[in-house]
Amino acid sequence: MNQAHVDFVLRIADDSLILGHRLSEWCGHGPVLEEDIAMTNIALDLIGQATSLLSHAATLQGEGKTGDDLAFLRFDREYRNLLLVEQPNGDFGMTMMRQFLFDAYRTILFERLQSSSDEMIAAIAEKSLKETKYHLKHSSEWVIRLGDGTEESHARIQESLNTLWRYANELFYTDAVDDEMRNTGILPDLSDLRQQWENTVNHVFQEATLTIPTNNWKQEGGRKGMHSEHLGYILAEMQYMQRAYPNMEW
Amino acid sequence: MKEVNITELERMFQEKIDQDIKIEPKDWMPDDYRETLIRQISQHAHSEIVGMLPEGNWITRAPNLRRKAVLLAKVQDEAGHGLYLYSAAETLGADREDTIDDLHTGKAKYSSIFNYPTLTWADMGAIGWLVDGAAIMNQVPICRCSYGPYARAMVRVCKEESFHQRQGFEIMMTLAKGSPEQKAMAQDALNRFWWPALMMFGPSDGESKHTAQSMKWKIKRSTNDELRQQFVDVTVPQAEMIGLTLPDADLKLNEATGHYEYGEINWAEFWEVVKGNGPCNKDRIDTRRKAKEEGQWVREAATAFAQKRAARKSA
Repeated sequence: MNQAHVDFVLRIADDSLILGHRLSEWCGHGPVLEEDIAMTNIALDLIGQATSLLSHAATLQGEGKTGDDLAFLRFDREYRNLLLVEQPNGDFGMTMMRQFLFDAYRTILFERLQSSSDEMIAAIAEKSLKETKYHLKHSSEWVIRLGDGTEESHARIQESLNTLWRYANELFYTDAVDDEMRNTGILPDLSDLRQQWENTVNHVFQEATLTIPTNNWKQEGGRKGMHSEHLGYILAEMQYMQRAYPNMEW
Repeated sequence: MKEVNITELERMFQEKIDQDIKIEPKDWMPDDYRETLIRQISQHAHSEIVGMLPEGNWITRAPNLRRKAVLLAKVQDEAGHGLYLYSAAETLGADREDTIDDLHTGKAKYSSIFNYPTLTWADMGAIGWLVDGAAIMNQVPICRCSYGPYARAMVRVCKEESFHQRQGFEIMMTLAKGSPEQKAMAQDALNRFWWPALMMFGPSDGESKHTAQSMKWKIKRSTNDELRQQFVDVTVPQAEMIGLTLPDADLKLNEATGHYEYGEINWAEFWEVVKGNGPCNKDRIDTRRKAKEEGQWVREAATAFAQKRAARKSA
């Protein structure tokens, strides 16, 4: 087993799973019926990605575990998702801003991963890219609509950006895991990731009349299993059945 | 003169119905026909939307990734059903926002089954199996309803409902053959949902004030008691097959008729829940109202943005 390879897949998988979980919390509570449908749809895509990726991680691990084992039986410190995706939903604008910052990054990542030397990752990236492009279209349209909508919506979404900006830097976090993945061709070149991401983000924020915060307060740690206090509650809820009734078929 | 015309129009209208010619939005129709349909279709739409809540309650706690995805997809289907039912009501002149306001003020009703809480994972099985099963019994005849848009919406709804029912039954079957705790969980869910499911068909024929006219207009194609009987006849063998017991000591097969006879339904409970006094009525409506209120600024922003964009285009 190559631990870096497993960690690399888990990082992508956990982003999908945790953000999918957050979005699914909206189900039945959206601002309009069409958005209930859209957010559920995006949640469904993300849970689908997580299912494929976790099952791949379990195979790479070679310990006889399943994707479900990795989702439902790992503890907080073993989760590898970005801090951004575990942040609470807040209002609809907060949810769309979180989604937009993430989608803009994810689109580039999946574009590149299509040429990964790990064929399973390449195949999952190809399928997920189609979904992610739609997610990005949806979230960027809402960021623009709310930014350039009413005075209230502008103030609210600017506040969401101010709140979430501290988690954006983590999108570009790299460490030895990424180095090793690059050396083996599993991770294609991503040196221009930040530049590409900034292009998308600047363009959308300009149209949305939003201002990027100037503070340099950066939070990170998710990739190493150092999370915010929110993740514990997500897992307590998500893993409840498997923890209360272990080793059963459902 | 006007009186004669209306009588003539009504005669022609009924003739079309009798010949099974579909009524379309632009056709003349009696006011009562329109009102009955608006009431029924919007009640149906509200049931789909409120019905998202008891199942939505378990999405974040589903026991594995496959069940989570299936449940998400199911609740999403329900939102979709709500959307095209509201659209069908709009073809009759009922504005979606007004219709939703009627739900929030308690003026409009929805299926009373959604006022019961979902307490365990097995409730996802019981709801799919029994509630969607009962909904299919109710809805399949509506595919032949005299009003075209409603009938066509129902064809699509029924296809998806039958998938929902199968997945619900499959959850129950898995639990019933699982550990003793799982089997107990399934039996408990069945005990709690069986009677409310029977109530879903509405009051007995003698008590149902809309049935006769609705049957004549072919909005309704079978009576409440006929549909309820059909549901019992189909469901009893399914429960037996997976080794669960229906919570009705009076339930027995009548060899002569081939139908199952069942015990007395607690109609007092039914009317209490319809009146708003069920375990979750307040929670459900509060939740829907809160979603609408908290989404107000979002809808306003979308409207303002669309207006700005249109103004910029024409400038």
